[in-house]
Amino acid sequence: METVLFILFGAIAVCGAIMVVTRKSPMASALYLILTLFAVAALFVLRQAHFLAAIQVIVYAGAVVVLFVFVIMLINVPEDRLPVERATTTRVLGVIAAGFFVLESAVLARRYWMPKGPAAEVGTVEAVGRALFTDYLLAFEITSVLLLAAVIGAIALAKRKT
Amino acid sequence: MIAPSAYLLLSAILFGIGVVGVVARKNILIILMSVELMLNGVNVAFVAAGSYLGDTAGGVFAFMVMTVAAAEAAVGLALLIALYRLKETIDITELKVLKW
Repeated sequence: METVLFILFGAIAVCGAIMVVTRKSPMASALYLILTLFAVAALFVLRQAHFLAAIQVIVYAGAVVVLFVFVIMLINVPEDRLPVERATTTRVLGVIAAGFFVLESAVLARRYWMPKGPAAEVGTVEAVGRALFTDYLLAFEITSVLLLAAVIGAIALAKRKT
Repeated sequence: MIAPSAYLLLSAILFGIGVVGVVARKNILIILMSVELMLNGVNVAFVAAGSYLGDTAGGVFAFMVMTVAAAEAAVGLALLIALYRLKETIDITELKVLKW
């Protein structure tokens, strides 16, 4: 059952990702990105990481992609003004380069097996919360500074000069 | 029981597709979305490693990556809006004022 679900959601995630990079219209890409993010959230649930699955849906599908959709609609580039894509040779070279990367990773992933540790529930709300507010408290607090910088940066950049 | 390497392979495939999107497209919006795909692929590896090794660090770092991804999307899209106001284009080959 677990294997079937893994293959199903893995296939959805990969197909969605391929559609994201191949669609001409950015809006179609954004919608396929939501599909991929939901499939990845399902994979997190398979690994008992319920908290991360919920955050994945809320933060990624709910906030980041909505931000993308907002900007796509805000700048509203007409169909005929979309950039002319690169030459086929460049695209094929890009696919070959990424293919080499995936092949190398596959070899490494087969070579270095992870030891099967205790099947601990490491992604639940309790486990992540406990780790975040004890061992990783400093990193968690610094995250807030990062987000503040991002908010200020985004407003300063996107504000119209008066 | 799925082998850990299956998750690592899936993570590498998602990252690889993101790389293709970044190097082979000219539309900035799609390049930014491909970067999100790459970060998500890394998250799959973090969560799988954390759960197979029984270490909460995997989940915590996936959380950090999501925070960075959200910040990156906000700043990237703000830059895109500012550039579009200036140049009226979302083609990265047109944006070369910093090149030399």
